[in-house]
Amino acid sequence: MVEPGAFADPAAVAGLARRIGAAAARLPRRITIMEVCGTHTNAIAAAGLRRLLPPTVRLIAGPGCPVCVTPVGYVDRAEALSRRPGTTVCTFGDLLRVPSSTGSLERVRAEGGDVRIVYSPRDAVAIAREDPARTVVFLGVGFETTVPTIAAALAEAEASGVPNFLVLSGHKVMPPPLRALAGDPDVEVDGFLCPGHVSVITGWKAFSFLPEEFRLGAAVVGFMPTDVLRGVLELAEQQAAAAPKVVNLYSRVVTPEGNLQARAVVDRFFAPEDTVWRGLGSIPGSGLGLREEYRHRDAATIEVEVCEPEEPAGCRCGEVLKGSIDPPECPLFASSCTPASAIGACMVSSEGTCAAWYRHERYAAGRP
Amino acid sequence: MCLAVPMQLVSRDEDLGVVEIDGVRREVSLMLLADAAVGEYLLIHAGYAIGRVDEAEAKETIELLRQFGEVGEAARW
Repeated sequence: MVEPGAFADPAAVAGLARRIGAAAARLPRRITIMEVCGTHTNAIAAAGLRRLLPPTVRLIAGPGCPVCVTPVGYVDRAEALSRRPGTTVCTFGDLLRVPSSTGSLERVRAEGGDVRIVYSPRDAVAIAREDPARTVVFLGVGFETTVPTIAAALAEAEASGVPNFLVLSGHKVMPPPLRALAGDPDVEVDGFLCPGHVSVITGWKAFSFLPEEFRLGAAVVGFMPTDVLRGVLELAEQQAAAAPKVVNLYSRVVTPEGNLQARAVVDRFFAPEDTVWRGLGSIPGSGLGLREEYRHRDAATIEVEVCEPEEPAGCRCGEVLKGSIDPPECPLFASSCTPASAIGACMVSSEGTCAAWYRHERYAAGRP
Repeated sequence: MCLAVPMQLVSRDEDLGVVEIDGVRREVSLMLLADAAVGEYLLIHAGYAIGRVDEAEAKETIELLRQFGEVGEAARW
């Protein structure tokens, strides 16, 4: 086994930082590199990597936290389902405290609603199997990495005859929002650090369109400090040489085509659909909805009363998710909005950009 | 949410496997990686193996990092 500590080796980190400095000296102007994965957001903040970069290399977070980009209307529907008699709502923990228009799933649970946190979608199938009289709804929130696990749970429910396991699909895929950001004249990005574990499923070729169509660099990277810094170095050097391309710097787990078996299971149950991203609006083909033949598994077909969705007042999550502001530029950040009493989704989710800045970088940003 | 942890497959029975890291064992589904072999390091996400760690590639990356480190040391002195 390869020791993971090798990928955080201090001498290698220092060497990479120096090389980035040398590459930056050849840049004609300041460049902006965007990562689009909540795990990257946290890894960068926790390791303090931004402080190793020269002022001409800006590293920002985009729409990489699935809970953060889930629009409030989805949370409202989940909340309405959890209040429905005979219904159990199962979710990954991050979604529990996300504000809905009127409360949160956590509040419904406190009021006696049956909301359960599960580690795996398989656990939700087991809950449905044990209690066939209840309708068990799994909240399907996640990107390409997670969707195969939910599709596999559906396959298990189909194969083993568990009719009361349903999914409320809020799934999203990464290439369409990257395309939207790359083509948005208001978003200044020179290159992308592409999400390593999304790429395990999609393969690194899924990001070839960035250099081909937009002349933007794309580096698929892992989550250790040297992984991220190698990506930054690669993109800075590409920019200095004006030669954008896609590179796979996470070759220990990412292949050109990805996990074809996982993609086939996803394809069996889900088809692309338009979906809304907080901060980015509706993006064509960026969601994955249940196919017509699996309508009986689709919790969106259950009729519930939902109110008109309302985003929290004053929250600038939408701009944070586009990378147009850093969290400290939001007046709520670290004043009324903290992890203990969060107002916006980007602070609630442990993967959110605001939460990462609050935990690791707010002193550097001059906030108490 | 896209966090995935490398764990070694220690045994398997059809679609179910037992993985281990640092003495922690977990049962996982191999439905998304049917050809996983005992002894391999798999990438575990939400109770499923979704990928595998290619040890030869990992070692090559570490060798590259060593060179970055040496360049750094040389520059410092």
